[in-house]
Amino acid sequence: MTRIGVVVFPGSNCEYDALAAVTALGAQADFIWHSETSITDFDGVILPGGFAHGDYLRPGALARFSPVMEAVANFAKEGGPVLGICNGFQVLTEAGLLPGALQKNRGLTFICEPTTLIVESTRSVLTRGATKGQELVIPINHFSGAYTCDDETLRSLEENDQIALRYRENPNGSVGDIAGVSNVAGNVVGLMPHPERAMSTLLGSADGRVLLDGFVFAPALAR
Amino acid sequence: MNFPVIVTVTLREGIADPEGATIERALPALGFTGVTHVRAGKSFRMTIEAADEASALEKATALAERLLSNPVIEDASASIGTSAIGGSA
Repeated sequence: MTRIGVVVFPGSNCEYDALAAVTALGAQADFIWHSETSITDFDGVILPGGFAHGDYLRPGALARFSPVMEAVANFAKEGGPVLGICNGFQVLTEAGLLPGALQKNRGLTFICEPTTLIVESTRSVLTRGATKGQELVIPINHFSGAYTCDDETLRSLEENDQIALRYRENPNGSVGDIAGVSNVAGNVVGLMPHPERAMSTLLGSADGRVLLDGFVFAPALAR
Repeated sequence: MNFPVIVTVTLREGIADPEGATIERALPALGFTGVTHVRAGKSFRMTIEAADEASALEKATALAERLLSNPVIEDASASIGTSAIGGSA
């Protein structure tokens, strides 16, 4: 059975949502405490939302020194699927596993609302089940969610097809309306919106399913 | 020797600074006109044990680049302070 690890830092607060989403898709999910030094027997790893280490200094700045991050980096280097959601995305950029950085929203407000995303690339482990150009309604919930990078990085993101998702209407000042990016290989991906909170029409949207389903069962397809 | 060191972290030129922009827009309302190019940032004070000023600054710069700033969006600079606040340097 496909088994997904959900990394828990002190201050994470979306780990149960991630666990429930993965379980709802029919896979097994288990927590990985941040002090673990190895990741074995997992088909994929999720870094959930929250405020790892209190977001002290900068979101993700201290989490990147948690022992588990070296294991996550090794897992990613071997091609393992890694997904960072919201704070998890911030951690992945701070750790250098994804390009760019997330800074304070334009307008300096905490934004919690549904957003419409456009699938830009289906090459990443998160978007492989979706269709290019597909629109997905998925909520955001963040203060530091403005994706930022220099022009050179933006060009290379576009050239290498690393922009997984864009906002239809930019809510936070992100460069290039970027909502989610992947690494060059496509196996590490981060996004500010919360697909794990868009799993049921009863709760507003089930559009997160196509993303997480692609991510969770990607390893099973590859092996 | 112990050296009081101040590390200042600001967003790099060209990186949007919504905090600085908001402060700049608020100033005229208080009667402060002619203030432009406001950039918000962080300042860290510390005491560093080193052989001389140069090596204290070198250490401060290294730790600022490794932890206190995110080089993707921020610049860090270190200088010798006059005294450490609340410290015993």
